[in-house]
Amino acid sequence: MGLIAWARRSSPWLLHFNSGGCNGCDIEVVAALCPHYDAERFGALLKGSPRHADVLIVTGPITRQVARRLLRIYEQMPEPRFVLAVGSCALSGGVFQESYNVYEGVDKLIPVDVYVPGCPPRPEAILYGIVKLLEKARGAKNVEK
Amino acid sequence: MPIVEIPVGPQHPALKEPIRFIFQLDGEIVVGAEPRLGYAHRGIEKLAEHRTYVQALYLSERICGICSVAHTTCYVETAERVFNVEAPPRAKYIRVIVSELNRIHSHLLWLGILAHEVGFDTLFMYTWRDREMVLDLLEMITGNRVLYAINMIGGVRHDITPEMADKARKVMDYLEERTKYYKRVAEEDPVFNNRLAEVGILSPSDARRLCAVGPTIRGSGVKTDIRRDDPYSAYDEVPFNVITYDEGDALAKTLVRIDEILESINMIRYALDHMPGGEISVRVPMRPPPGEAVGRVEAPRGELFYYIKSDGTMRPYRFKVRTPTLANIPALCRMLEGIFVADIPVVVASIDPCIACMDRVLLIDKSRGKKWVWTKEELRRYSLKWYEEHGRR
Repeated sequence: MGLIAWARRSSPWLLHFNSGGCNGCDIEVVAALCPHYDAERFGALLKGSPRHADVLIVTGPITRQVARRLLRIYEQMPEPRFVLAVGSCALSGGVFQESYNVYEGVDKLIPVDVYVPGCPPRPEAILYGIVKLLEKARGAKNVEK
Repeated sequence: MPIVEIPVGPQHPALKEPIRFIFQLDGEIVVGAEPRLGYAHRGIEKLAEHRTYVQALYLSERICGICSVAHTTCYVETAERVFNVEAPPRAKYIRVIVSELNRIHSHLLWLGILAHEVGFDTLFMYTWRDREMVLDLLEMITGNRVLYAINMIGGVRHDITPEMADKARKVMDYLEERTKYYKRVAEEDPVFNNRLAEVGILSPSDARRLCAVGPTIRGSGVKTDIRRDDPYSAYDEVPFNVITYDEGDALAKTLVRIDEILESINMIRYALDHMPGGEISVRVPMRPPPGEAVGRVEAPRGELFYYIKSDGTMRPYRFKVRTPTLANIPALCRMLEGIFVADIPVVVASIDPCIACMDRVLLIDKSRGKKWVWTKEELRRYSLKWYEEHGRR
């Protein structure tokens, strides 16, 4: 395993994107990163820029206004990139199914690696999703564009 | 110097929902702010017209995950007026207890975010640790941490047993001690004072004219609170003080919220001690009679307004919501005028926006046609560095 793959597995950098959700999942993602649950013990670190991030955490149903921005953020991330869909809305649209303004799921727009169900999922569930993603990242090759 | 425009948002890594601002700058001073809303538009009002009254309750809870109890309380209070039913007294007390616990969790969360914005991450970690105790309490009472689903039309779904009340009293004692410590930090800590005092001032006349609500207007010395002015649930029986501070700056809004946590703790103690016995819910028919009703609730961020119109079927004919953050946006634009760029994060945070973000800041210098992009984190770092170099102005 190369140095880059080792670094990625040991310290994945996260980008959190709310695609029009209710904030419920977002506060649970932040709670998972705070000392009580402490996702940072897996090396996970929240970053502000997609260009620094390995993992995109998407919460919320994708509204039509943010869909283009979600795609742009995804395209700005360096490869290999991973997507963690958190919450019922990000999985299927949740209670907002049949709305004229939502896409009903992140996987309608971008490929998703790990799904974390729940409305909202508990911080433990989000941690479990991050650990699953790390297992998946272990097998990933450093893809050159 | 030419006026420079900065569009801010709508993506961001923090908690808040997407919103975009275009700031007009004259050098280091903000001369204008123009919001662009609607990134989180999910069509909830239209969706509710296709759902039954019970289904729409769960939809209303998911308008906002932080003040979810305020939304369901407002929904059930309004729907009960349409259905012509009244919740039993014990249910009303349980609604007050859960609403106030929700207020404590929301204000602690906000205090942490504000501390993060001013570069005081220790306080951020402290408040989020204490907030976990409130969430544990809410989980014990309702079964969930964030979306509680405790309110239903005609009552509440879960009772509070004496064992739960004992545990809640213990947590309240701990939180009271911690909150007093946070108050001391806000009043005495030089970092906090330098960054918050005399920043983003909203005068009482502006606050009234622009229809600000909640802690934003109470921080300008205007005594208004729906819990006192138009009591709902059991708020007419639970004594409490309406907290106001006269300064109108970001520090006053902080102190209003910290004092409200202390008030909420006393209200929860009173409600636990004086809770009447009896049923916690009444049966409600599937179809309400034709009619309409409005309801108002004091959410953690201010006045929340609901309107429901019934045409006698199982589904609402019209469902309208006005949230406190929308009411505070005009006041926010007023507060942003005349401040430094480095103060933008603090002033935007001071209204406790449910929708606000500053992830990607695109700077455009009109005279040179030059563009560059900042993330919210970079803007925060810029503000911290700017204050290190310039100190207190």
